[in-house]
Amino acid sequence: MNKLLLTTALCAVFASGALAEDVEPIRIGILHSLSGTMAISETTLRDAMLMLIEQQNARGGVLGRPLEAVVVDPASDWPRFAELARELIAGDGVAAVFGCWTSVSRKSVLPVFEELNSILFYPVQYEGQESQRNVFYTGAAPNQQAIPAIDYLMDVEGVERFYLAGTDYVYPRTTNQILEAYLIARGVAPEDIIVNYTPFGHSDWQTIVSEIAAFGATGRRAAVVSTINGDANVPFYNELAAQGITAEEIPVIAFSVGEEELAGIDTGPLVGHLAAWNYFESVDTPENQAFIDAWHAYTGNDARVTNDPMEAHYIGFNMWVQAVEAAGTTDTDAVIDAMIGVAVPNLTGGISSMGANHHITKPVLIGEIQADGQFDVVWETSGLVLGDEWSDYLPESASLISDWRAPLSCGNFNVETGTCGGSE
Amino acid sequence: MRLLTLCLALWLLPGLALSQSLDDLVARLPLGDYADRAAVVDQIGRTGDPRAAAVLEALLDRALEQRNVDGRVVRVTGGRGAQTATDVLTGEDLGPVASRSTTAIRVNNGLRRSIRTALGMLTLADPDPSRRRAAAEAALRTPDAEQIDALTDAMAAEDDPGIRQALSWAHAAAVLASDAPVADRMAAVETLSSAPALTVQSALNPYREAADPALAQAVSRALDAAASRQAVWAQAQTLWFGVSLGSVLLLAAIGLAITFGVMGVINLAHGELVMLGAYTTYAVQEAIRTQAPHLFGWSLAIAVPLAFVLVGAVGVAIERGIVRHLYGRPLETLLATWGVSLILQQAVRTLFGPTNREVGTPDWMSGAWQLGEMTLTGSRLAIVIFALAVFAGLLVVMRHSAFGLQMRAVTQNRAMAANLGIRTGRVDALTFGLGAGIAGLAGVALSQIDNVSPNLGQGYIIDSFLVVVFGGVGNLWGTLAAAMGLGIANKVLEPWAGAVLGKILILIFIILFIQKRPRGLFPQRGRAAEG
Repeated sequence: MNKLLLTTALCAVFASGALAEDVEPIRIGILHSLSGTMAISETTLRDAMLMLIEQQNARGGVLGRPLEAVVVDPASDWPRFAELARELIAGDGVAAVFGCWTSVSRKSVLPVFEELNSILFYPVQYEGQESQRNVFYTGAAPNQQAIPAIDYLMDVEGVERFYLAGTDYVYPRTTNQILEAYLIARGVAPEDIIVNYTPFGHSDWQTIVSEIAAFGATGRRAAVVSTINGDANVPFYNELAAQGITAEEIPVIAFSVGEEELAGIDTGPLVGHLAAWNYFESVDTPENQAFIDAWHAYTGNDARVTNDPMEAHYIGFNMWVQAVEAAGTTDTDAVIDAMIGVAVPNLTGGISSMGANHHITKPVLIGEIQADGQFDVVWETSGLVLGDEWSDYLPESASLISDWRAPLSCGNFNVETGTCGGSE
Repeated sequence: MRLLTLCLALWLLPGLALSQSLDDLVARLPLGDYADRAAVVDQIGRTGDPRAAAVLEALLDRALEQRNVDGRVVRVTGGRGAQTATDVLTGEDLGPVASRSTTAIRVNNGLRRSIRTALGMLTLADPDPSRRRAAAEAALRTPDAEQIDALTDAMAAEDDPGIRQALSWAHAAAVLASDAPVADRMAAVETLSSAPALTVQSALNPYREAADPALAQAVSRALDAAASRQAVWAQAQTLWFGVSLGSVLLLAAIGLAITFGVMGVINLAHGELVMLGAYTTYAVQEAIRTQAPHLFGWSLAIAVPLAFVLVGAVGVAIERGIVRHLYGRPLETLLATWGVSLILQQAVRTLFGPTNREVGTPDWMSGAWQLGEMTLTGSRLAIVIFALAVFAGLLVVMRHSAFGLQMRAVTQNRAMAANLGIRTGRVDALTFGLGAGIAGLAGVALSQIDNVSPNLGQGYIIDSFLVVVFGGVGNLWGTLAAAMGLGIANKVLEPWAGAVLGKILILIFIILFIQKRPRGLFPQRGRAAEG
């Protein structure tokens, strides 16, 4: 494809020297790990981006110029993310970068994007407590995933006791801190909340699952809120099934388990356990069907599943295209200003828009695991929810807001003291 | 909005007045939210209509959908693109349906509970004992005073003692939830207190603050008895969890006890050999799924010898190809085997893909048994037995076979063994192959409880070395003691220190222990120790 474009460009050069500048491609950086532990999740996002770029080029590119993807492999190595981000921006001159998965990789590239003034689209659900001028957060903030999940459990399932189980690192710790504060604000007694952390790759869940069984046997409804990460999920769900804990007795709601993670588990005994996301492959809309068909055609594999971070890239990419066309240039400052207020269709039948805090509006969906490894949506928010970067439920961030529009142009404005930079 | 509420109320009211026909109720299933649907399900259960159970089971399976054209509720069967509809009540064939022409009737956990309760009432007298048991359990989970008569009848008609007991607990829970005289409810508490402790707690906790002081006292006495019973059993449960974790460690480490312990080869590819065993299981199951599905129950039995031979052969190849050139150079061995581990990982990643593979559990291994207040899960029990059998088998080979004798001779005094006519090179290769083969066996077992992914081995390599070094290099009994000791210590620490801190404490303990006794728990004595 790229070669074809290059040929077209060359032909144009020969035809007319003046045209050469017009057809010079716009470069887009893709910063996702293609090897190492995160390759399982991030390789898919690289493929999704390549597909989106190919589709855009088929529609005539952006500003009449074709797009060209520059793919690099940071190999799940956090400092390497920063080095490669610098190379992409300063070396390859990319107009924007789509990348990162873990929070630590995002934190590692932040200073680079600030220093070289470029744009990063970050597609994964995260713990919030951040808003940076050069970053657009297209994944969910806690209020777009975790908080509505608690509301569903309390209001629809009638749950009164909560077991918060997480892997021991920054995302679960921050999320659980917010959730604990939220649960207490909603009137749950502290003795009805248990928080438990396990190491990465924890594989022996016998003790914890039997603890959960005892926690649930009080005659009042109990649920597990899981921020367990990656590989530890398979043995966890297997142990739940082995000890015979069904979703009807003690449902588990997870924030990091999607269609891809369920591959490799027999989901028969897990029917009814829940996940909260902003997108499920099973959502039945014409946009989603078209996206899935395109994905199967692009990968040449009908068994490839789609997931939430892919949709985030879909939204982020289309927003960037619209902002660039509105600004009439790929100049960073002009595009950042044009991004705010941009609205594009998402895959679940709504229109997502970019807020002044660089987070987007999304629907929140609660899905139940089905025997075929897909999710069935059992509940959704009535409208779209804007991502809240600074949690209202943590005392240190309750008075902070972010608004990148002039004249405020501040990522952490303290509304009480009226100063910018109140925290961090 | 208010109008809508009024309509809803008007239209739910007659339902309460009984004698709704099943047809009307089914037609109302798609309407309203989960709570409305639960009310309709409850009424369907009460109709006692012989067709009702089939309707509820279809709803439970998410097979009920509503046709968009006429709103008719139909049962949809068949996969995407080949779906056909039948009338849910008459079974009349309505022909194929296009995928977007029907809307599924949504079911969530709460509604599923209601369905099971309603279904339970309809299947209390079912000829199938497993359905009667499910019915009794559903009734126990959601006690309802209106079910008392039905449960009394079912108890009288029941022959199976286990189901009768479950029914009597369900009956007692229903009596407790009713406004029966205090004496009856006290008797119900008495009946319930013989149930498993978790059941007692679920059923009785809501009555701790009962209005009648005598009843409240009886309830808290029963709860206390259950709690103390459980506290005693919790010790046994912890011990069992420890043994179970220990047997996993033993399986992972025992192959290393041969290659590292007996031969002294630092084999960093040991974890990947375990991983190959797990992938062998996956491949066997895939072949069975496509070729001979009726053999699925035997898949693990077929995978065990295959994994041993296959991974053992890989081990022999590694020894002949690489390790034998590096004897006496531990640092180079370490680097070379680490390289082998990376090659094996990437090879599997290329061949099978980076994502987890699904390995099923045969029916005879799934399920759980209640022993007192303890839960024994089938897969864990099988792994404990398997680990001990492998250990015993290995012990017999080492002690009582000619090969074992030669192996010990070669490792203790290579020159002397060679002088006696033992082909030391062949013994080396076979010993390494034996260790690798046992790692393959471990992989078959671990595929039942862990991720089958290219990274599987990395999670076990450190623990395996830890066990072998802690137990005393070269001593099989030491490996057994160390694996069980570490497993039990881990599980004793976990409840009060947490999994993260527990792991750290164990590591610190082992570091200190090795400082004090560098040769581990059971150091080898005599001539072998100097070798």
